[in-house]
Amino acid sequence: MASRLAPPRTAGTYVRRLVVVVYLFLLVIWPVALVVQKTFEGGLDNLQTALSDPVVTDALQLTVVVALWAVAINTVFGVGISLLLVRYEFPGRGVLSALIDLPLSVSPVVVGLALLLAYGGTNGTFGPALEDAGLQIAFATPGIVMATAFVSLPLVIREIVPVLQEIGTEQEQAATSLGAGPWQTFRRITLPSIKWALVYGVVLSLARALGEFGAVKIVSGNIAQQTQTATLVVEQKYQDFEKGSAYATSFLLALIAVAALVVVTILRPKDDTDGH
Amino acid sequence: MTIAPPLAPGATPRRRRPRGTGTTSLTRSSGLGLGIALTWFSLLVLIPLCLVVIQSIDGGWATFRETLTDPQTAAALRLTVTQALLVTAINVVMGTLIAWVLVRDDFRGKRLLEVVIDIPFALPTIVAGLVLLSLYGPESPLGVNVANTERSVFLALLFVTLPFVVRTVQPVLMELDRDVEEAAASLGASRFTTLRRIVLPSLAPAITAGAALSFARGISEYGSLVLLSGNLPLKTEVASVRILTYIENGNEAAAASVATILLVVALAAIVLLQIVSRWVARRG
Repeated sequence: MASRLAPPRTAGTYVRRLVVVVYLFLLVIWPVALVVQKTFEGGLDNLQTALSDPVVTDALQLTVVVALWAVAINTVFGVGISLLLVRYEFPGRGVLSALIDLPLSVSPVVVGLALLLAYGGTNGTFGPALEDAGLQIAFATPGIVMATAFVSLPLVIREIVPVLQEIGTEQEQAATSLGAGPWQTFRRITLPSIKWALVYGVVLSLARALGEFGAVKIVSGNIAQQTQTATLVVEQKYQDFEKGSAYATSFLLALIAVAALVVVTILRPKDDTDGH
Repeated sequence: MTIAPPLAPGATPRRRRPRGTGTTSLTRSSGLGLGIALTWFSLLVLIPLCLVVIQSIDGGWATFRETLTDPQTAAALRLTVTQALLVTAINVVMGTLIAWVLVRDDFRGKRLLEVVIDIPFALPTIVAGLVLLSLYGPESPLGVNVANTERSVFLALLFVTLPFVVRTVQPVLMELDRDVEEAAASLGASRFTTLRRIVLPSLAPAITAGAALSFARGISEYGSLVLLSGNLPLKTEVASVRILTYIENGNEAAAASVATILLVVALAAIVLLQIVSRWVARRG
């Protein structure tokens, strides 16, 4: 953006650059590199051991299923609530807008506790009634999906809302006045303009969903090959001194998350935030 | 890219709302949509969280007071808040500096650093713990072993909260008009004066917002500490771990009491964030 006339570089420029690079190297780059290195210490052995272990593969499968459900729910909910918050006037809108952010500031452990208090099979407020009706939430997949959806709930909304505010309603109004129905207006006008924000929000949610640990640990009951997700396997394998498998599983989780981020960074048109 | 979400929805400072943003009152179908959305939000978030608060005061204030005066719980809360504050202070300085370098400086590998900033946010927390353990654990190639000490809590929080201040300050710094700084300099202001009188006041709200997010995340952290801190009672045990122990012992009332304290602190951080955002919006 404003790099018309780069200011002269002084000694301070280099000192600042050095401090930042060293800080990030010690805090993030080196530790992450070490985990990658440890994963591949014996060639592909660690990955092969991990991927032939049914405990790990079942957990990975569960994680993917749960993450997809949570992301799908959050996408539909997120787009809907963003449109309502930006385009409509209703009592309590400001409060709702503030409350939407709440999940980001709640400890995962508290999320787990809250869901357990509501949907726990024996003491939960709704749990026993739901189980009588044949729906088990706590210590089963629905509970894990809910915990995951909870922690990643605001991510799509936070990306879409500013874009919706920015684009305004003129085009939508024009489409409506030309006879387009609400669905047609949304699909032809609104969706294309929020596309990138939506993709970015979805990727952030996916990364968060794949990596959730604390809330899932409490709600799932952590039963191997049944309700154990990939992050829970990492903990268990590490504590069981199967460090190779722990590193390999971590590596796979990190790979998906970081790859998704990098892909979106590359795909996303660089108009708003990047300086060049 | 802006990851860890700078500002609350409803507040986009430094961008004027276009004129066409008309809001309308609810139609029948949008009313139905709102109903469904609110039901889901209540079932998933509001009711469960309310149940936590209700559970904590269910047994009267006695349970609450008893839990909080328990030496182990009090120590955990103290450690959590102290370390979160400490980490937030570091983030205010380092986060602003990193944002400054990313916006004002230009060098090879800068785009790589952009991705590096987001790694702590993208990485599963349990993996974050494992990652830190590889450099600062028993097998550290540096010979620095912080595992099972108070330092490990500090380190883990520093890692997971890295993106917050950077990502809130960066966009504001980008929009900052450099002409004003040049004008100040040409009028004889020293670099320090320009920084103090021109740059810092414009960045202050963003820094505060980032700090609030970083603090809220810090007090609630759990996953990255599991493998790293050893969860030693009275020493490295944080509030989240304390809640988990209470749940595992079947003492849900005590768990809810500690959880409520965390919720209140988190809410306070959000309110602060909203106030700050509004303040920026008014100024912008």
